[in-house]
Amino acid sequence: MRQYWWKILSIVLLIYTFIAGLLIPLPYETAYASSNLYESMRNFFFHVPMWFSQLALITVSLFYSIKYLRNPNPTYDIYATEFARTGTVLGVLGLITGAIWAQYTWGAAWSNDPKQIGAAIALLIYVAYFVLRNSMPDMDKRGRVAAVYNIFAYFIYIPMILILPRLTESLHPGGKGSEGNPGLGGSSLDATMRLVFWPGVLGWILLSTWISTLRLRVRLLEEKKHSA
Amino acid sequence: MNHILTLIKKDLLLEVRQQYTFYGILLYVASTIFVLYLAMGQPEEKVWNGLFWMIQLFICVNAVAKSFLQESQGRMLYFYTVAGARDFMLSKLLFNAGLMVLMSIVSLLLFQLLMGNPLQNPFRFIGFVCLGGCSLSLVFTFLAAIAARARQGAALMAILGFPLIIPQVLLLMRMSNTAFADVIQAGLWQIIFLLIGLDVLVIALAIILFPFLWKD
Repeated sequence: MRQYWWKILSIVLLIYTFIAGLLIPLPYETAYASSNLYESMRNFFFHVPMWFSQLALITVSLFYSIKYLRNPNPTYDIYATEFARTGTVLGVLGLITGAIWAQYTWGAAWSNDPKQIGAAIALLIYVAYFVLRNSMPDMDKRGRVAAVYNIFAYFIYIPMILILPRLTESLHPGGKGSEGNPGLGGSSLDATMRLVFWPGVLGWILLSTWISTLRLRVRLLEEKKHSA
Repeated sequence: MNHILTLIKKDLLLEVRQQYTFYGILLYVASTIFVLYLAMGQPEEKVWNGLFWMIQLFICVNAVAKSFLQESQGRMLYFYTVAGARDFMLSKLLFNAGLMVLMSIVSLLLFQLLMGNPLQNPFRFIGFVCLGGCSLSLVFTFLAAIAARARQGAALMAILGFPLIIPQVLLLMRMSNTAFADVIQAGLWQIIFLLIGLDVLVIALAIILFPFLWKD
């Protein structure tokens, strides 16, 4: 019996964020009075949860890579790959939604903002991960070398996104002056926005996990067919 | 500890006996900087700084790449059983750090000679160069191990390494900006400690992960 309640939950949450995200009144102070955000602020409900899910998925991928090194079961390797793959797709989506929004709000799609750089680095790392994987034909060796790179890259990437925003000024919320921070600008979120944002984060994470599990089922079936 | 010293001595001996690799890198350093001089002349400080660290990056890839690629699979297995993976990795890290510091200082001299000398605070810059050489070599040594395992060359190392080296390079650029003028960079020590912290992290990861990489 497959558990499917979380898939329904994901759909419900996403429908909720799509409707509420486009309809709720925005906080007047942050959206209109003291900035040029206006209605584009609603992008926050869609763009930021994508990054949350990307981080969540690459963390799951890291978890399976560690598991693979402890116990070299090919299934773990496939899990690590597929979660990293969906994570990368979400990263691309996050980058595109951010760039479109920045084009209108910051005046340019790309402005060397530390978080944009961090995002681009994440994509480069995971594309390199797939290149590395495909460079090795031997399954066992591929799994191990890729897992090692995945772990190494993750533990350098996470400190990097914590350090980078503190080094340079950021246009992202909470990045004013030299006191940039890696997370959200906490004060710009009012209570209503929180009520839409956090369910959205959960919804996107669940949706991306769902997509990954679908891909996983296909991959595992293919694997079974080849080995049979 | 003894193992590590012996392995480093072995690498040194190899370097002395097969001098073509050492001089090869030296020639690479010299010709790259000469080409750069022909192309750029004597640039201003900011460009000088940027070019210097980019050149270090490429020198590092080439200097470190051979550390694992030159050893045959059989010989690797031999070292692995005789000395253990951890000692082997540590000896490579130390040896490459030394090699890279040497190459960085040579390239600094060549930069001074050809590209002009905008440094106001040369001793501080030499310190940064040593620290930078170490930091770059640590990351690329581990990636060389990965690339060697995948039977690939320096190209794969560059693909794998450039995204990962960005924090180190950014920190180094920040630091070395202070050597060009008598400005006081707020939190210079903080940046230095951050870089050292990253180095320690890389060493720890390399030591933990290397045994898995070489298990067969």
